[in-house]
Amino acid sequence: MTTRTAAAIVSCAALLAATGCSSNFGSGSKTEQDTGSRQHLTVLIATSGDAETKSVKDAAAAYAKQSGNSVTVEVAKDMNQQLAQSFAGHKPPDVFYVNSDQFANYAKAGSLYAYGDRIKDADDFSAQLRTSFSYDGKLVCLPKDTSTLALAVNTDLWKKAGLTENDYPTTWDELKAVAGKLTKGGVTGLVTTNEYQRLGVFMKQAGGWVTNPEQSKMTSDSPQNAEGLGFVRSLLKSGALKYAQQVDTSWGGEALGKGKAAMTIEGNWLTGAMKLDYPNVKYKMVELPAGPSGKGTLAFSTCWGVAAESAHRTAAVDLVKYLSSAKQQLTFADAFGVMPSRTSTLDTYARQEPDAKAWVDSAAYAQGPVTIAGFDKVLSQFNTDLQTLSTTDPKTILAALQRNGEQALTKGN
Amino acid sequence: MSPRTTRATQNPPGDASPVSRPHKAGNPGTTGSPDAPDASGGSGPTTAPHAGRAPRAGHRHADGAWGWLFVSPMVLVLGLFLVLPILMALWVSLLHWDGQSNPFSGQAEFAGLDNYRSLLTQDGLDRTLFATSLRNTAYYVLLTVPLQTALALVLALVVNQRMLRGRSALRTVFFFPSVTSSIAVSTVFLFLFQGSGAVNTMLSWIGIKGPNWFADPRGVLSLLLGALGLVDPDHPTGVLASHSFMGLSWYQWLSGPSVAMCTLILLAVWTTSGTFMLIFLAALQDIPRELEESAAIEGVNRFQMLRYVTLPALRPVLFLVLTLGLIATWQVFDQVYVMGQGAPGNTTLTPAFLSYSAAFDDADFGQGAAIAFVLLALILCMTALQRWALRERNAGTGRNR
Repeated sequence: MTTRTAAAIVSCAALLAATGCSSNFGSGSKTEQDTGSRQHLTVLIATSGDAETKSVKDAAAAYAKQSGNSVTVEVAKDMNQQLAQSFAGHKPPDVFYVNSDQFANYAKAGSLYAYGDRIKDADDFSAQLRTSFSYDGKLVCLPKDTSTLALAVNTDLWKKAGLTENDYPTTWDELKAVAGKLTKGGVTGLVTTNEYQRLGVFMKQAGGWVTNPEQSKMTSDSPQNAEGLGFVRSLLKSGALKYAQQVDTSWGGEALGKGKAAMTIEGNWLTGAMKLDYPNVKYKMVELPAGPSGKGTLAFSTCWGVAAESAHRTAAVDLVKYLSSAKQQLTFADAFGVMPSRTSTLDTYARQEPDAKAWVDSAAYAQGPVTIAGFDKVLSQFNTDLQTLSTTDPKTILAALQRNGEQALTKGN
Repeated sequence: MSPRTTRATQNPPGDASPVSRPHKAGNPGTTGSPDAPDASGGSGPTTAPHAGRAPRAGHRHADGAWGWLFVSPMVLVLGLFLVLPILMALWVSLLHWDGQSNPFSGQAEFAGLDNYRSLLTQDGLDRTLFATSLRNTAYYVLLTVPLQTALALVLALVVNQRMLRGRSALRTVFFFPSVTSSIAVSTVFLFLFQGSGAVNTMLSWIGIKGPNWFADPRGVLSLLLGALGLVDPDHPTGVLASHSFMGLSWYQWLSGPSVAMCTLILLAVWTTSGTFMLIFLAALQDIPRELEESAAIEGVNRFQMLRYVTLPALRPVLFLVLTLGLIATWQVFDQVYVMGQGAPGNTTLTPAFLSYSAAFDDADFGQGAAIAFVLLALILCMTALQRWALRERNAGTGRNR
């Protein structure tokens, strides 16, 4: 018995030693830079569809032709998992999409090469997004594009309810009035998802937000936030606002397309989805109504990350410069409906896509995403709590968010 | 057990020809148990007639070596792909590791039991989420395991009837859900249980307005109590609301599985009962015909036959089915991943999914590994408890199965 146990322990130890030595984890030393004139770059993207994949591949090919480097574009199936694995294995792609909710985790771990100081015209990118993609006061990566939230109105249902173009809501009171008027039969005035990524616009319009602008302190339990969610709650209670799930849809665009919603709050991706799934539904985009503290909306973005462990950092930054140039951003905008992240390009974009005017105009006052390490679960818990907003006091929900956020902040720093 | 007696008869005293050695040593390899070579090789020869012979010891040693040689590929595979990763994960669970460096180089901060502490003792979001996932899964296991076992047993008894027509067709039908991909089945269930889906349409024919299944976070027990007027589900008060355990109020612990969770339970019972039916069926056909015949001669009725002949004969298989069910249900992941990722209201959150999301969404691999190990400990305790409950009470010798 004892010999058997001993043998087992010895073989376990041998196995440990064998894999431990040969494991691919490697050391944490600085990656040696490749200085050759023809370098090979790999790009990992999480695509929204074939259109995006094709245009990124085309752009990469054009860059390869111009620079002499070669570029391979790969499409991730599960971006978070694939990136985490490649970082742990010390073989990350050179350039990749970084989602705003994962940005802080990667930046904190030192996986991202902060190339912001190598971009001369970085000021051209929207200020809110630059804040979101900065870590420790340094701009880490460039936002590849942006999208904002605006109000989508089903024009047929609008007319049917006896409303005209002059009735597009510009204040909370007007929104409440038209949403009530539009709610009848199988139609709900306003349908949106129960997440802060949509309902947060009301917090912003009331003058509040989850954190302070520097993202160093939680400001969730402010009376402004409570006022914003209180307004949502009053709409929920009157039945003029319903969550997408309550009307058997998975998001606002589906509710709008199926005629279950007269209005919804969505971003630029709505255009492509409506064209594809509900080409016959007529709708118009208008800016979100202003709250007690003026206009407010949210902006979303993904940035071009360059791996700290890439052996081709200079070439990678060069590629990012090419991909985020004004010309290339306009090409992307045309191909898959995103908005340029350069403020100077927005005007050109607005002329190119007149229907997207509401989104473009919203960019001026949009709030960027929350990017704090370890905040994913805090915010998803907030979304979970928002589901019960019609039966729970907003102050309770916001107090929980404040508490959870503060804990994550202290743990993260 | 029978192999031991057959071995004794196969090896009559004096038959010490070396030819039989490799066969004996190789035999345990097919059962896959590394413990077997010494047990079987030892029990035969050490019986009285051979006890005094000196050369046996050397042979036995050689037997052991051969045994290890034959099982070494499996030991190596198990060690490399099972034992080693488990030990590595155990180490990771003691770190604050974000997955970006080598966890064995000392770059990751050693956290000791911090990850376990934040799950079990520290008040905070981590503990609340973990407690919620434990509550959800406890109800899931409590309902799924007995239901699927009972259903599987009934189905097996039905298709085991010799008089039944179309037995094999029925067997195929009952087994069918088990061979369908759980992802596909989950997706189909998503459509069936939509607010305006097929299930609610059928319910409306008999005048029942079905709930919006997957969007309904209300616990069924709390709904029941609410219907009886004992508590107000929206605003619970009194003892239940004012006391809490691990960050959840007593009321939250006792509110039962949510409506959404009930559909998951239904799905699990439906898909797994076919597999277990097959296991029960095999055991049923293994019951000696003579046993049933002699019972019939004694004049037992059908219920007595089931209670005193069939069920006792099925006891080992029942243990197997319950253990498999228990382990599988505590680890439920894929249906949750497809059907809502914890939504609505965290009521379909399970420890396995929480472990995944802690690791890959929050880049907190230490926390994810810690959840996995708490879950492992829990499953081991449950299985031990169940083994104790299903032990053979009349054996008296303390021999375990």
